[in-house]
Amino acid sequence: MIRFDRITKRYPPDITALAEISAEIGAGELVAITGHSGAGKSTLLKLIPAIERPTAGSLLFNGQNVGALPPRALPFLRRNMGLVFQDQKLLFDRNALANVLLPLEIAGFPPREARRRAEAALDKVGLLKRAKAMPIALSGGEQQRLAIARAVVHRPALLLADEPTAHLDTDTARDVANIFIEFHRVGVTVLVATYDASLFPSARCLALSQGRLV
Amino acid sequence: MNWLSAHGRAMQLALARLIAAPLNTLLSILGIGILLALPAGGQWLLEHLAALGRGAAATPQLTIFLQVEAERPAAEEIVARLKKRAEVAKVELLAREDTLERMKRQESLADVIAALPKNPFPDAIVVTPADENPVTLEALATEARQWRQVEAVQIDSDWARRLSALLHLARIGLGLLATLLGLGLVAITFNTIRLQVLTREAEVEVSRLLGATDAFIRRPFLWYGALLGLFGGAMAWLIVAAAMFALRLPVAELAQLYGIELELALPTLPFSAMLLGAAAFLGWLGAALSLRQQLRAP
Ligand SMILES: Nc1ncnc2c1ncn2[C@@H]1O[C@H](COP(=O)(O)OP(=O)(O)OP(=O)(O)O)[C@@H](O)[C@H]1O
Ligand SMILES: [Mg+2]
Repeated sequence: MIRFDRITKRYPPDITALAEISAEIGAGELVAITGHSGAGKSTLLKLIPAIERPTAGSLLFNGQNVGALPPRALPFLRRNMGLVFQDQKLLFDRNALANVLLPLEIAGFPPREARRRAEAALDKVGLLKRAKAMPIALSGGEQQRLAIARAVVHRPALLLADEPTAHLDTDTARDVANIFIEFHRVGVTVLVATYDASLFPSARCLALSQGRLV
Repeated sequence: MNWLSAHGRAMQLALARLIAAPLNTLLSILGIGILLALPAGGQWLLEHLAALGRGAAATPQLTIFLQVEAERPAAEEIVARLKKRAEVAKVELLAREDTLERMKRQESLADVIAALPKNPFPDAIVVTPADENPVTLEALATEARQWRQVEAVQIDSDWARRLSALLHLARIGLGLLATLLGLGLVAITFNTIRLQVLTREAEVEVSRLLGATDAFIRRPFLWYGALLGLFGGAMAWLIVAAAMFALRLPVAELAQLYGIELELALPTLPFSAMLLGAAAFLGWLGAALSLRQQLRAP
Protein backbone atom coordinates (compact mmCIF):
# COMPACT_ATOMS: atom_id res chain seq x y z
CA MET A 1 0.00 0.00 0.00
CA ILE A 2 2.78 2.41 0.98
CA ARG A 3 6.38 2.20 -0.17
CA PHE A 4 9.21 4.43 1.02
CA ASP A 5 12.16 4.24 -1.31
CA ARG A 6 15.37 5.88 -0.02
CA ILE A 7 13.44 8.83 1.34
CA THR A 8 15.38 11.80 2.67
CA LYS A 9 13.75 14.86 4.18
CA ARG A 10 15.75 17.95 4.97
CA TYR A 11 14.27 21.08 6.58
CA PRO A 12 15.92 24.42 6.01
CA PRO A 13 18.46 25.50 6.93
CA ASP A 14 20.22 22.17 7.43
CA ILE A 15 18.16 19.76 9.48
CA THR A 16 18.03 16.19 8.24
CA ALA A 17 14.80 14.85 9.69
CA LEU A 18 14.84 11.61 7.69
CA ALA A 19 17.76 9.92 5.93
CA GLU A 20 17.54 7.18 3.33
CA ILE A 21 14.39 5.56 4.68
CA SER A 22 13.22 2.48 2.81
CA ALA A 23 10.20 0.56 4.04
CA GLU A 24 7.04 -1.07 2.84
CA ILE A 25 3.64 -1.16 4.54
CA GLY A 26 1.06 -3.59 3.27
CA ALA A 27 -2.72 -3.18 3.27
CA GLY A 28 -4.27 -4.23 6.58
CA GLU A 29 -1.08 -3.88 8.62
CA LEU A 30 -0.79 -2.26 12.03
CA VAL A 31 2.54 -0.46 12.24
CA ALA A 32 3.97 1.44 15.20
CA ILE A 33 6.61 4.07 14.47
CA THR A 34 8.78 4.56 17.53
CA GLY A 35 11.78 6.67 18.42
CA HIS A 36 13.01 9.48 20.64
CA SER A 37 11.68 12.99 20.43
CA GLY A 38 12.97 14.53 17.20
CA ALA A 39 13.66 11.15 15.62
CA GLY A 40 11.46 12.04 12.64
CA LYS A 41 8.22 10.17 13.42
CA SER A 42 5.92 13.09 12.63
CA THR A 43 7.87 13.91 9.51
CA LEU A 44 7.53 10.36 8.25
CA LEU A 45 3.76 10.44 8.76
CA LYS A 46 3.41 13.87 7.14
CA LEU A 47 5.00 12.63 3.92
CA ILE A 48 2.14 10.23 3.22
CA PRO A 49 -0.67 12.84 2.80
CA ALA A 50 1.93 15.16 1.20
CA ILE A 51 1.80 17.69 4.04
CA GLU A 52 5.57 17.61 3.62
CA ARG A 53 7.38 16.59 0.43
CA PRO A 54 10.48 14.39 0.42
CA THR A 55 13.74 16.10 -0.47
CA ALA A 56 14.97 12.94 -2.20
CA GLY A 57 13.63 9.46 -2.87
CA SER A 58 10.13 8.41 -3.79
CA LEU A 59 7.01 7.58 -1.86
CA LEU A 60 4.40 5.41 -3.50
CA PHE A 61 0.84 5.26 -2.20
CA ASN A 62 -1.31 2.71 -4.02
CA GLY A 63 1.17 2.94 -6.89
CA GLN A 64 1.00 6.77 -7.10
CA ASN A 65 4.17 8.78 -6.59
CA VAL A 66 2.94 11.11 -3.85
CA GLY A 67 5.95 13.42 -4.03
CA ALA A 68 5.22 14.22 -7.66
CA LEU A 69 1.48 14.90 -7.35
CA PRO A 70 0.36 18.38 -8.46
CA PRO A 71 -1.27 20.50 -5.73
CA ARG A 72 -4.75 20.13 -7.18
CA ALA A 73 -4.55 16.33 -6.77
CA LEU A 74 -3.74 16.52 -3.05
CA PRO A 75 -7.31 16.91 -1.73
CA PHE A 76 -8.29 13.65 -3.39
CA LEU A 77 -5.19 11.89 -2.08
CA ARG A 78 -5.99 13.02 1.46
CA ARG A 79 -9.60 11.85 1.32
CA ASN A 80 -8.28 8.28 1.18
CA MET A 81 -6.78 8.68 4.64
CA GLY A 82 -7.82 9.43 8.17
CA LEU A 83 -5.43 11.78 9.98
CA VAL A 84 -5.00 12.18 13.73
CA PHE A 85 -2.57 15.03 14.30
CA GLN A 86 -0.11 15.33 17.14
CA ASP A 87 -1.75 18.64 18.10
CA GLN A 88 -5.21 17.29 17.19
CA LYS A 89 -6.27 20.39 15.27
CA LEU A 90 -9.85 20.36 16.54
CA LEU A 91 -11.94 23.41 15.66
CA PHE A 92 -12.94 25.11 18.88
CA ASP A 93 -15.65 27.30 17.35
CA ARG A 94 -18.05 24.39 16.82
CA ASN A 95 -19.35 21.42 18.76
CA ALA A 96 -18.09 17.83 18.62
CA LEU A 97 -20.64 16.75 16.03
CA ALA A 98 -19.77 19.63 13.72
CA ASN A 99 -16.08 18.76 14.01
CA VAL A 100 -16.79 15.20 12.92
CA LEU A 101 -19.07 16.41 10.09
CA LEU A 102 -16.29 18.47 8.47
CA PRO A 103 -14.60 15.67 6.46
CA LEU A 104 -18.00 14.55 5.17
CA GLU A 105 -18.95 18.06 4.08
CA ILE A 106 -15.61 18.31 2.32
CA ALA A 107 -16.28 15.04 0.53
CA GLY A 108 -19.76 16.26 -0.44
CA PHE A 109 -21.94 13.82 1.49
CA PRO A 110 -25.66 14.70 1.58
CA PRO A 111 -26.48 16.26 4.98
CA ARG A 112 -28.72 13.47 6.28
CA GLU A 113 -26.27 10.69 5.43
CA ALA A 114 -23.42 12.78 6.84
CA ARG A 115 -25.20 13.23 10.15
CA ARG A 116 -25.93 9.53 10.42
CA ARG A 117 -22.29 8.66 9.81
CA ALA A 118 -20.96 11.31 12.16
CA GLU A 119 -23.14 10.03 14.97
CA ALA A 120 -22.00 6.48 14.28
CA ALA A 121 -18.35 7.61 14.46
CA LEU A 122 -18.95 9.45 17.74
CA ASP A 123 -20.68 6.36 19.08
CA LYS A 124 -17.71 4.21 18.15
CA VAL A 125 -15.36 6.32 20.29
CA GLY A 126 -17.92 6.59 23.09
CA LEU A 127 -18.72 10.27 22.62
CA LEU A 128 -22.25 10.19 21.27
CA LYS A 129 -23.59 11.65 24.51
CA ARG A 130 -21.19 14.60 24.15
CA ALA A 131 -22.10 15.32 20.52
CA LYS A 132 -23.30 18.83 21.33
CA ALA A 133 -20.38 19.66 23.61
CA MET A 134 -17.77 22.17 22.52
CA PRO A 135 -14.24 20.70 22.34
CA ILE A 136 -13.05 23.04 25.08
CA ALA A 137 -15.51 21.32 27.44
CA LEU A 138 -14.03 17.87 26.75
CA SER A 139 -11.27 16.20 28.76
CA GLY A 140 -7.90 15.47 27.14
CA GLY A 141 -8.84 11.85 26.50
CA GLU A 142 -12.23 12.88 25.08
CA GLN A 143 -10.59 15.40 22.78
CA GLN A 144 -8.23 12.69 21.58
CA ARG A 145 -11.18 10.38 20.90
CA LEU A 146 -12.99 13.20 19.10
CA ALA A 147 -9.96 13.63 16.85
CA ILE A 148 -10.10 9.90 16.11
CA ALA A 149 -13.81 10.06 15.32
CA ARG A 150 -13.12 12.84 12.82
CA ALA A 151 -10.33 10.78 11.25
CA VAL A 152 -12.43 7.66 10.71
CA VAL A 153 -15.84 9.15 9.92
CA HIS A 154 -15.42 8.83 6.15
CA ARG A 155 -14.21 5.22 6.58
CA PRO A 156 -10.74 5.59 5.12
CA ALA A 157 -8.70 2.50 4.28
CA LEU A 158 -5.63 4.08 5.92
CA LEU A 159 -5.42 5.65 9.36
CA LEU A 160 -2.41 7.79 10.31
CA ALA A 161 -2.09 8.79 13.96
CA ASP A 162 0.66 10.92 15.47
CA GLU A 163 1.13 10.23 19.20
CA PRO A 164 -2.58 9.75 19.89
CA THR A 165 -1.86 8.61 23.44
CA ALA A 166 0.49 11.39 24.49
CA HIS A 167 -0.44 13.27 27.67
CA LEU A 168 -3.00 10.65 28.68
CA ASP A 169 -2.92 8.62 31.89
CA THR A 170 -2.16 4.90 31.53
CA ASP A 171 -5.75 3.69 31.51
CA THR A 172 -7.00 6.32 29.10
CA ALA A 173 -4.00 5.71 26.83
CA ARG A 174 -4.87 2.05 26.79
CA ASP A 175 -8.51 2.81 25.86
CA VAL A 176 -7.44 5.05 23.01
CA ALA A 177 -4.86 2.53 21.76
CA ASN A 178 -7.55 -0.12 21.77
CA ILE A 179 -9.72 1.97 19.45
CA PHE A 180 -6.92 1.79 16.86
CA ILE A 181 -6.49 -1.92 17.43
CA GLU A 182 -10.25 -2.30 16.80
CA PHE A 183 -9.98 -0.48 13.49
CA HIS A 184 -7.05 -2.62 12.52
CA ARG A 185 -9.09 -5.71 13.33
CA VAL A 186 -11.83 -4.70 10.86
CA GLY A 187 -9.31 -4.30 8.05
CA VAL A 188 -8.09 -0.69 8.23
CA THR A 189 -4.38 -0.13 7.69
CA VAL A 190 -3.08 1.73 10.74
CA LEU A 191 0.16 3.69 11.20
CA VAL A 192 0.76 5.05 14.70
CA ALA A 193 3.67 7.14 15.86
CA THR A 194 4.17 6.47 19.55
CA TYR A 195 6.77 6.61 22.24
CA ASP A 196 5.18 3.62 23.97
CA ALA A 197 5.09 0.63 21.63
CA SER A 198 3.83 -1.61 24.42
CA LEU A 199 0.37 -0.08 23.93
CA PHE A 200 0.25 -1.81 20.54
CA PRO A 201 1.52 -5.32 21.25
CA SER A 202 0.27 -6.72 17.95
CA ALA A 203 1.96 -4.03 15.87
CA ARG A 204 5.00 -4.29 13.66
CA CYS A 205 7.60 -1.79 14.88
CA LEU A 206 9.50 0.70 12.74
CA ALA A 207 12.10 2.21 15.05
CA LEU A 208 13.61 5.56 14.11
CA SER A 209 16.70 7.15 15.55
CA GLN A 210 18.16 10.43 14.32
CA GLY A 211 16.10 10.08 11.14
CA ARG A 212 17.29 6.58 10.34
CA LEU A 213 15.57 3.23 10.62
CA VAL A 214 17.22 0.99 13.21
CA MET B 1 -26.96 18.78 -8.87
CA ASN B 2 -23.88 18.15 -6.80
CA TRP B 3 -22.47 21.50 -7.87
CA LEU B 4 -25.76 23.15 -7.08
CA SER B 5 -26.04 21.67 -3.61
CA ALA B 6 -22.43 22.60 -2.90
CA HIS B 7 -23.27 26.21 -3.71
CA GLY B 8 -26.49 25.98 -1.74
CA ARG B 9 -24.57 24.89 1.32
CA ALA B 10 -21.86 27.50 0.84
CA MET B 11 -24.56 30.17 0.61
CA GLN B 12 -26.25 28.94 3.78
CA LEU B 13 -22.91 28.97 5.54
CA ALA B 14 -22.20 32.53 4.37
CA LEU B 15 -25.67 33.64 5.49
CA ALA B 16 -25.15 32.03 8.89
CA ARG B 17 -21.84 33.85 9.26
CA LEU B 18 -23.44 37.16 8.29
CA ILE B 19 -26.18 36.64 10.85
CA ALA B 20 -23.73 35.49 13.52
CA ALA B 21 -22.21 39.00 13.60
CA PRO B 22 -25.30 41.18 13.12
CA LEU B 23 -23.80 44.53 14.07
CA ASN B 24 -20.80 44.07 11.83
CA THR B 25 -23.00 42.94 8.98
CA LEU B 26 -25.44 45.80 9.43
CA LEU B 27 -22.68 48.40 9.43
CA SER B 28 -21.12 46.93 6.29
CA ILE B 29 -24.49 46.85 4.56
CA LEU B 30 -25.19 50.44 5.57
CA GLY B 31 -21.77 51.55 4.34
CA ILE B 32 -22.19 49.83 1.00
CA GLY B 33 -25.78 51.09 0.73
CA ILE B 34 -24.80 54.73 1.19
CA LEU B 35 -21.87 54.30 -1.17
CA LEU B 36 -24.10 52.91 -3.91
CA ALA B 37 -27.10 55.18 -3.24
CA LEU B 38 -25.21 58.22 -4.53
CA PRO B 39 -24.49 57.01 -8.09
CA ALA B 40 -27.70 54.97 -8.25
CA GLY B 41 -29.88 57.89 -7.17
CA GLY B 42 -28.02 60.22 -9.52
CA GLN B 43 -28.45 57.82 -12.40
CA TRP B 44 -32.14 57.43 -11.66
CA LEU B 45 -32.71 61.22 -11.59
CA LEU B 46 -30.73 61.51 -14.79
CA GLU B 47 -33.02 59.06 -16.51
CA HIS B 48 -35.98 61.25 -15.59
CA LEU B 49 -34.31 64.36 -16.96
CA ALA B 50 -33.21 62.56 -20.11
CA ALA B 51 -36.79 61.47 -20.77
CA LEU B 52 -37.83 65.09 -20.29
CA GLY B 53 -35.23 66.28 -22.77
CA ARG B 54 -36.39 63.74 -25.36
CA GLY B 55 -40.01 64.88 -25.02
CA ALA B 56 -39.07 68.53 -25.48
CA ALA B 57 -36.63 68.14 -28.32
CA ALA B 58 -39.30 66.41 -30.41
CA THR B 59 -41.45 69.56 -30.46
CA PRO B 60 -39.34 72.70 -30.53
CA GLN B 61 -41.47 75.72 -29.80
CA LEU B 62 -41.18 79.45 -29.77
CA THR B 63 -42.66 81.46 -26.93
CA ILE B 64 -43.19 85.18 -27.50
CA PHE B 65 -43.67 87.22 -24.32
CA LEU B 66 -45.33 90.59 -24.74
CA GLN B 67 -44.67 93.56 -22.54
CA VAL B 68 -46.80 93.54 -19.42
CA GLU B 69 -48.52 96.74 -20.38
CA ALA B 70 -49.31 95.55 -23.93
CA GLU B 71 -52.97 95.66 -24.91
CA ARG B 72 -54.86 92.54 -25.90
CA PRO B 73 -55.48 93.74 -29.53
CA ALA B 74 -51.72 93.94 -30.02
CA ALA B 75 -51.40 90.30 -28.99
CA GLU B 76 -54.26 89.26 -31.26
CA GLU B 77 -52.72 91.17 -34.11
CA ILE B 78 -49.47 89.24 -33.70
CA VAL B 79 -51.35 85.94 -33.54
CA ALA B 80 -53.11 86.77 -36.79
CA ARG B 81 -49.82 87.76 -38.40
CA LEU B 82 -48.19 84.48 -37.39
CA LYS B 83 -51.09 82.37 -38.58
CA LYS B 84 -50.60 83.64 -42.12
CA ARG B 85 -47.03 82.39 -42.33
CA ALA B 86 -46.20 79.12 -44.03
CA GLU B 87 -43.51 78.03 -41.59
CA VAL B 88 -45.95 78.17 -38.67
CA ALA B 89 -48.12 75.17 -37.85
CA LYS B 90 -49.93 76.29 -34.72
CA VAL B 91 -50.31 79.46 -32.70
CA GLU B 92 -51.71 79.62 -29.20
CA LEU B 93 -52.36 82.69 -27.09
CA LEU B 94 -51.82 82.30 -23.35
CA ALA B 95 -53.80 85.20 -21.85
CA ARG B 96 -52.16 86.77 -18.76
CA GLU B 97 -55.34 86.33 -16.68
CA ASP B 98 -55.23 82.57 -17.34
CA THR B 99 -51.57 82.36 -16.42
CA LEU B 100 -52.31 84.17 -13.16
CA GLU B 101 -55.13 81.74 -12.35
CA ARG B 102 -52.92 78.76 -13.10
CA MET B 103 -50.16 80.04 -10.85
CA LYS B 104 -52.61 80.84 -8.03
CA ARG B 105 -53.60 77.21 -7.97
CA GLN B 106 -50.01 76.41 -7.07
CA GLU B 107 -50.26 76.03 -3.32
CA SER B 108 -46.79 77.24 -2.57
CA LEU B 109 -47.23 80.35 -4.74
CA ALA B 110 -50.77 81.33 -3.87
CA ASP B 111 -49.75 83.57 -0.97
CA VAL B 112 -47.00 85.29 -2.88
CA ILE B 113 -49.24 86.04 -5.83
CA ALA B 114 -52.12 87.23 -3.66
CA ALA B 115 -49.76 89.76 -2.12
CA LEU B 116 -48.86 91.29 -5.49
CA PRO B 117 -50.65 94.53 -6.36
CA LYS B 118 -51.21 93.56 -9.99
CA ASN B 119 -50.82 90.67 -12.39
CA PRO B 120 -47.09 90.24 -13.01
CA PHE B 121 -47.50 87.87 -15.94
CA PRO B 122 -47.49 89.06 -19.54
CA ASP B 123 -49.51 87.70 -22.43
CA ALA B 124 -47.61 84.94 -24.14
CA ILE B 125 -47.87 83.38 -27.59
CA VAL B 126 -46.69 79.83 -28.15
CA VAL B 127 -45.71 79.05 -31.74
CA THR B 128 -45.25 75.53 -33.07
CA PRO B 129 -43.28 75.59 -36.35
CA ALA B 130 -44.24 73.46 -39.36
CA ASP B 131 -40.77 71.99 -39.63
CA GLU B 132 -38.23 71.25 -36.98
CA ASN B 133 -35.36 72.96 -38.72
CA PRO B 134 -33.70 75.05 -36.02
CA VAL B 135 -32.58 77.62 -38.60
CA THR B 136 -36.19 78.47 -39.56
CA LEU B 137 -37.10 78.79 -35.91
CA GLU B 138 -34.07 80.95 -35.22
CA ALA B 139 -34.98 83.29 -38.10
CA LEU B 140 -38.54 83.61 -36.91
CA ALA B 141 -37.35 84.37 -33.37
CA THR B 142 -34.98 87.09 -34.59
CA GLU B 143 -37.75 88.68 -36.59
CA ALA B 144 -40.26 88.52 -33.75
CA ARG B 145 -37.86 90.27 -31.41
CA GLN B 146 -38.17 93.40 -33.62
CA TRP B 147 -41.94 93.52 -33.35
CA ARG B 148 -43.64 96.21 -31.34
CA GLN B 149 -44.59 95.42 -27.74
CA VAL B 150 -42.62 92.17 -27.78
CA GLU B 151 -40.57 91.89 -24.61
CA ALA B 152 -38.73 88.61 -25.19
CA VAL B 153 -38.65 85.58 -27.48
CA GLN B 154 -37.57 82.22 -26.23
CA ILE B 155 -36.83 79.15 -28.29
CA ASP B 156 -37.98 76.30 -26.12
CA SER B 157 -35.65 73.79 -27.65
CA ASP B 158 -32.87 75.99 -26.35
CA TRP B 159 -33.28 74.66 -22.88
CA ALA B 160 -33.57 71.16 -24.31
CA ARG B 161 -30.20 71.62 -25.98
CA ARG B 162 -28.74 73.08 -22.82
CA LEU B 163 -30.27 70.26 -20.84
CA SER B 164 -28.77 67.67 -23.12
CA ALA B 165 -25.32 69.26 -22.80
CA LEU B 166 -25.79 69.38 -19.05
CA LEU B 167 -26.93 65.78 -18.98
CA HIS B 168 -23.87 64.79 -20.94
CA LEU B 169 -21.67 66.43 -18.36
CA ALA B 170 -23.67 64.95 -15.50
CA ARG B 171 -23.36 61.51 -17.05
CA ILE B 172 -19.58 61.73 -17.21
CA GLY B 173 -19.45 62.99 -13.64
CA LEU B 174 -21.76 60.25 -12.51
CA GLY B 175 -19.70 57.65 -14.34
CA LEU B 176 -16.60 58.83 -12.50
CA LEU B 177 -18.46 58.82 -9.21
CA ALA B 178 -19.84 55.33 -9.84
CA THR B 179 -16.38 54.02 -10.71
CA LEU B 180 -14.85 55.49 -7.57
CA LEU B 181 -17.60 54.31 -5.27
CA GLY B 182 -17.66 50.90 -6.99
CA LEU B 183 -13.96 50.63 -6.19
CA GLY B 184 -14.86 51.62 -2.66
CA LEU B 185 -17.28 48.71 -2.48
CA VAL B 186 -14.63 46.34 -3.76
CA ALA B 187 -12.25 47.69 -1.13
CA ILE B 188 -14.81 47.20 1.65
CA THR B 189 -15.49 43.57 0.74
CA PHE B 190 -11.79 42.97 0.13
CA ASN B 191 -11.03 43.99 3.68
CA THR B 192 -14.06 42.26 5.18
CA ILE B 193 -13.08 38.98 3.55
CA ARG B 194 -9.46 39.46 4.60
CA LEU B 195 -10.60 39.66 8.22
CA GLN B 196 -12.93 36.71 7.71
CA VAL B 197 -10.08 34.57 6.41
CA LEU B 198 -7.87 35.63 9.30
CA THR B 199 -10.45 34.66 11.90
CA ARG B 200 -11.02 31.36 10.11
CA GLU B 201 -7.39 30.50 9.58
CA ALA B 202 -7.65 27.32 11.67
CA GLU B 203 -10.69 26.16 9.77
CA VAL B 204 -9.01 26.80 6.43
CA GLU B 205 -5.88 24.93 7.49
CA VAL B 206 -7.75 21.93 8.90
CA SER B 207 -10.06 21.77 5.89
CA ARG B 208 -7.03 21.64 3.60
CA LEU B 209 -5.52 18.82 5.65
CA LEU B 210 -8.78 16.90 5.51
CA GLY B 211 -8.90 17.04 1.72
CA ALA B 212 -10.84 20.19 0.91
CA THR B 213 -10.34 21.60 -2.57
CA ASP B 214 -9.56 25.26 -3.11
CA ALA B 215 -13.04 25.72 -4.53
CA PHE B 216 -14.59 24.27 -1.37
CA ILE B 217 -12.61 26.66 0.82
CA ARG B 218 -13.29 29.71 -1.33
CA ARG B 219 -16.99 29.19 -1.96
CA PRO B 220 -18.40 30.41 1.40
CA PHE B 221 -16.14 33.47 1.32
CA LEU B 222 -17.22 34.33 -2.23
CA TRP B 223 -20.86 33.99 -1.23
CA TYR B 224 -20.18 36.11 1.80
CA GLY B 225 -18.85 38.90 -0.41
CA ALA B 226 -21.63 38.56 -2.98
CA LEU B 227 -24.36 38.55 -0.32
CA LEU B 228 -22.85 41.54 1.41
CA GLY B 229 -22.86 43.38 -1.94
CA LEU B 230 -26.41 42.26 -2.67
CA PHE B 231 -27.77 43.40 0.69
CA GLY B 232 -25.82 46.64 0.34
CA GLY B 233 -27.46 47.08 -3.08
CA ALA B 234 -30.87 46.50 -1.51
CA MET B 235 -30.04 49.10 1.11
CA ALA B 236 -29.07 51.54 -1.66
CA TRP B 237 -32.39 50.81 -3.37
CA LEU B 238 -34.26 51.66 -0.18
CA ILE B 239 -32.31 54.88 0.21
CA VAL B 240 -33.01 55.89 -3.41
CA ALA B 241 -36.69 54.96 -3.06
CA ALA B 242 -36.98 56.99 0.14
CA ALA B 243 -35.27 59.96 -1.51
CA MET B 244 -37.60 59.77 -4.52
CA PHE B 245 -40.58 59.64 -2.21
CA ALA B 246 -39.41 62.64 -0.24
CA LEU B 247 -38.54 64.66 -3.37
CA ARG B 248 -41.59 63.74 -5.41
CA LEU B 249 -43.86 66.67 -4.47
CA PRO B 250 -41.25 69.45 -4.30
CA VAL B 251 -39.76 68.41 -7.62
CA ALA B 252 -43.16 68.17 -9.30
CA GLU B 253 -44.04 71.67 -8.06
CA LEU B 254 -40.74 73.11 -9.13
CA ALA B 255 -41.09 71.53 -12.55
CA GLN B 256 -44.58 72.89 -12.96
CA LEU B 257 -43.22 76.39 -12.52
CA TYR B 258 -41.33 75.77 -15.73
CA GLY B 259 -44.41 74.30 -17.33
CA ILE B 260 -42.93 70.83 -17.19
CA GLU B 261 -44.61 67.73 -15.92
CA LEU B 262 -42.08 65.77 -13.93
CA GLU B 263 -43.10 63.04 -11.54
CA LEU B 264 -40.35 61.09 -9.82
CA ALA B 265 -41.09 57.38 -9.84
CA LEU B 266 -39.69 54.45 -7.91
CA PRO B 267 -36.83 52.66 -9.71
CA THR B 268 -38.16 50.32 -12.38
CA LEU B 269 -37.59 46.60 -12.29
CA PRO B 270 -34.75 46.60 -14.86
CA PHE B 271 -33.04 49.47 -13.06
CA SER B 272 -33.39 47.72 -9.70
CA ALA B 273 -32.12 44.44 -11.12
CA MET B 274 -29.11 46.26 -12.60
CA LEU B 275 -28.37 47.90 -9.25
CA LEU B 276 -28.60 44.65 -7.27
CA GLY B 277 -26.68 42.68 -9.90
CA ALA B 278 -23.85 45.21 -10.04
CA ALA B 279 -23.66 45.36 -6.23
CA ALA B 280 -23.52 41.57 -5.87
CA PHE B 281 -20.90 41.34 -8.62
CA LEU B 282 -18.68 43.99 -7.03
CA GLY B 283 -18.96 42.26 -3.65
CA TRP B 284 -18.01 38.97 -5.25
CA LEU B 285 -15.10 40.67 -7.04
CA GLY B 286 -13.75 42.13 -3.81
CA ALA B 287 -13.95 38.71 -2.18
CA ALA B 288 -12.29 36.97 -5.14
CA LEU B 289 -9.39 39.45 -5.18
CA SER B 290 -8.98 39.13 -1.43
CA LEU B 291 -8.93 35.32 -1.60
CA ARG B 292 -6.45 35.39 -4.45
CA GLN B 293 -4.11 37.39 -2.29
CA GLN B 294 -4.57 35.33 0.86
CA LEU B 295 -5.32 31.74 0.01
CA ARG B 296 -2.31 31.05 -2.14
CA ALA B 297 -1.77 27.34 -1.65
CA PRO B 298 1.13 26.84 0.75
N1 LIG C 1 8.85 22.48 9.89
C1 LIG C 1 10.09 22.20 10.35
N2 LIG C 1 11.10 23.04 10.11
C2 LIG C 1 12.34 22.76 10.54
N3 LIG C 1 12.66 21.67 11.23
C3 LIG C 1 11.69 20.79 11.50
C4 LIG C 1 10.36 21.01 11.10
N4 LIG C 1 9.60 19.97 11.51
C5 LIG C 1 10.45 19.15 12.17
N5 LIG C 1 11.70 19.62 12.15
C6 LIG C 1 12.88 18.96 12.73
O1 LIG C 1 12.96 17.68 12.16
C7 LIG C 1 13.33 16.75 13.15
C8 LIG C 1 12.29 15.64 13.24
O2 LIG C 1 11.07 16.21 13.70
P1 LIG C 1 9.77 15.36 13.94
O3 LIG C 1 8.68 16.32 14.29
O4 LIG C 1 9.53 14.49 12.78
O5 LIG C 1 10.17 14.50 15.21
P2 LIG C 1 9.27 13.51 16.07
O6 LIG C 1 9.94 12.19 16.02
O7 LIG C 1 7.87 13.59 15.65
O8 LIG C 1 9.43 14.15 17.50
P3 LIG C 1 8.34 14.22 18.69
O9 LIG C 1 8.32 12.87 19.30
O10 LIG C 1 8.94 15.25 19.63
O11 LIG C 1 7.06 14.62 18.10
C9 LIG C 1 13.49 17.52 14.45
O12 LIG C 1 14.85 17.79 14.61
C10 LIG C 1 12.73 18.79 14.21
O13 LIG C 1 13.34 19.85 14.89
MG1 LIG D 1 6.14 14.27 16.43
